[in-house]
Amino acid sequence: MMEYVWLIPALPLLGFLLLSLFNKHLPKSVSGYIASGMILGSFLIVLSLLMQAISGNLKPTVVPLFDWITAGNLKLSLSFQLDNLSVWFMSIITGVGFLIHVYSISYMHDDEGVTRYFSYLNLFIFSMLLLVMGSNYVVMFTGWEGVGLCSYLLIGFWFKNQNYNDAAKKAFIMNRIGDLGFLLGMLLIYNQFKSFEFSVIFPQASEIINPNNDSGILFAITMLLFIGAMGKSAQIPLYTWLPDAMAGPTPVSALIHAATMVTAGIYMIARSNVLYSMAPCTLDIIYWVGTSTAILAALIGLTQTDIKKVLAYSTVSQLGFMFMAIGLGGYSAGVFHVTTHAFFKALLFLGAGSVIHAMGGEQDIRKMGGLMKKLPITFITFLIATLAIAGIPPLSGFFSKDAILALAFEANPMKWGLGVFAALLTTFYMFRMLYLTFFGEFRGTEHQKHHLHESPALMTVPLMVLAFFTVVSGFIEIPHVFVHGGDWFSHYLAGANIALPEASHLSGSTEIVLMLVALGLVISVIAATYIIYVSKKTMPASNEADLSGLERLSYNKFYVDEIYDMLIVKPIGALSSFASSIIEKQIIDRFVNLSGRTIEVSGKTIRLIQSGDVNTYAIFMVLGIVVILFINLVL
Amino acid sequence: MSDYIVLCCILFSLGAFGVLYRRNILVIFMSIELMLNAVNLLLVYFSVLHNDPSGQVFVFFIMAVAAAEITIGLAILVMIYRHLGSINIDNLKKLKW
Repeated sequence: MMEYVWLIPALPLLGFLLLSLFNKHLPKSVSGYIASGMILGSFLIVLSLLMQAISGNLKPTVVPLFDWITAGNLKLSLSFQLDNLSVWFMSIITGVGFLIHVYSISYMHDDEGVTRYFSYLNLFIFSMLLLVMGSNYVVMFTGWEGVGLCSYLLIGFWFKNQNYNDAAKKAFIMNRIGDLGFLLGMLLIYNQFKSFEFSVIFPQASEIINPNNDSGILFAITMLLFIGAMGKSAQIPLYTWLPDAMAGPTPVSALIHAATMVTAGIYMIARSNVLYSMAPCTLDIIYWVGTSTAILAALIGLTQTDIKKVLAYSTVSQLGFMFMAIGLGGYSAGVFHVTTHAFFKALLFLGAGSVIHAMGGEQDIRKMGGLMKKLPITFITFLIATLAIAGIPPLSGFFSKDAILALAFEANPMKWGLGVFAALLTTFYMFRMLYLTFFGEFRGTEHQKHHLHESPALMTVPLMVLAFFTVVSGFIEIPHVFVHGGDWFSHYLAGANIALPEASHLSGSTEIVLMLVALGLVISVIAATYIIYVSKKTMPASNEADLSGLERLSYNKFYVDEIYDMLIVKPIGALSSFASSIIEKQIIDRFVNLSGRTIEVSGKTIRLIQSGDVNTYAIFMVLGIVVILFINLVL
Repeated sequence: MSDYIVLCCILFSLGAFGVLYRRNILVIFMSIELMLNAVNLLLVYFSVLHNDPSGQVFVFFIMAVAAAEITIGLAILVMIYRHLGSINIDNLKKLKW
């Protein structure tokens, strides 16, 4: 099996090359099928690996492809790390990625740049696979950068719109800030361990660095890597790019938010869990960053009126949950939430895409409503995903969120409270969106009403598949109060050197009480939302002036973009314009011009010597000879 | 014995002065010849001084080559005269800034 492993990233790369090189020569209708076929190929190979991993026969292996860089002591090889963790991520990436490709065939069929679109999509999957499969930090970093590039290309896919270009640039620059942290962390690792290979670093990490003496170095390494994760996985303070990333086509949002890109940070930390476990201080910071991101993003989500914006903030908030889990030392809980989130968030985005498709491009939930009857399949799948994200049993979100909340309660009941608070906010904005979109009366134009239709099978089938996994994927890790030994997933991940969570100290009854309290709160929030938005038919105000102060704060995203603009963008802009108008034009330009003028003037003067008179030349020559003779003979 | 050296220096300086001072190209040519032959004379003198005949053989070669060279110079001079109607060097000032 191992000899085919290189095909997993190679197929999407081949797809990218085919589509981008023969862009003009391929019929538009074919490109989507080529791209999907490539991903399907990768997925099938990954699936056979996953079967092997699930049956417990996959020993962590490194599959070398070739030596990449050999310079002095530095030996870098392009090799792939295959273990339970990477295979798990590869399955999510190719599986969900494949469904998104299929969905895109229909969603993007009348776009003029459809071939370009699919080539980027393939490149995206390739980069993400490289990131996950790399057996050392450099290969991971290559994929890491590739993902950033692809997000730029896809967010700015409709490049004729300047706002979309700005969003793309914002995503790229925010990511670059994080990438710098990752790069520095990586170099610091090399400085300490003299290697980039995971298989060299992790087994001997505690021998080379004594966590008690060198906690500073460990803190620096883990913190720098976490800064990278902040950028990729959209955490405070680098999260503002993700909501703006809505500028891309909707399936791209699904891809970025669910299967790829934002999960990279979680993967990287889970991969480096050995280092993080030795740096409790960083874990604390991760916990607080994750928690505050989860709550802040959820608060912003409460008042957004763009269907994709709500989902975007929900992604940021859910990523906060994942980091919360990691910060509490629950790596497997974090990865578990990545998994369930991948399914229900992809489902939500694709569902939103289906709604937008039916509405003819309208994204404002104030202009929707009553879509339940017109889009039955979309409605049912969307409902399943919403229930899952709110954490209603037995859907997947319940299990993954419960795993995190149990961890939090064990650490500190207050942390549990914060987690539940974020979860309640999530429930509120998700159901607000659901009710406004699918319930009540249709509020769009007559023209739109006439055109409402369920999406074609190419779009609804991926929805149904994702809905199926949204329902069942939670059962891989059942709390032990229900089924003894139900925690299959953390044992699965233990095969990839991810430490098992410590045995829970909570008694079974406490855990059940906690679950019931959280569940009761969630259900009462759902009921309250129902009363507000369905029974009373409250509408979000159509203009900003009608909002109350707090609502306005949330609607305007706590003015974070404006604050960044004022604190960073404006000063840098001012500095740049100062540099361009004063330093560049007044100092550097003048200096350059001065030297030019000097040469010009001296040339004009000296050329007069060339008078054309042979005698003059002869006199100069003789004088020269005399001087040379004088110097040589006399001096 | 250094009388020869002094003589050669005087001849060379006369030649150089002629090149610088005179306007007639023909005379300038003759002055150049004078400089050349002053050096030749010096060679002959050193040849005698060191009792080495190769210096004198060398001079013969130089005179032969110089004769050929002068022919070309004179041919150019004739062309200049046909073109300008004069052999005054002051008329040849067109190649300047």
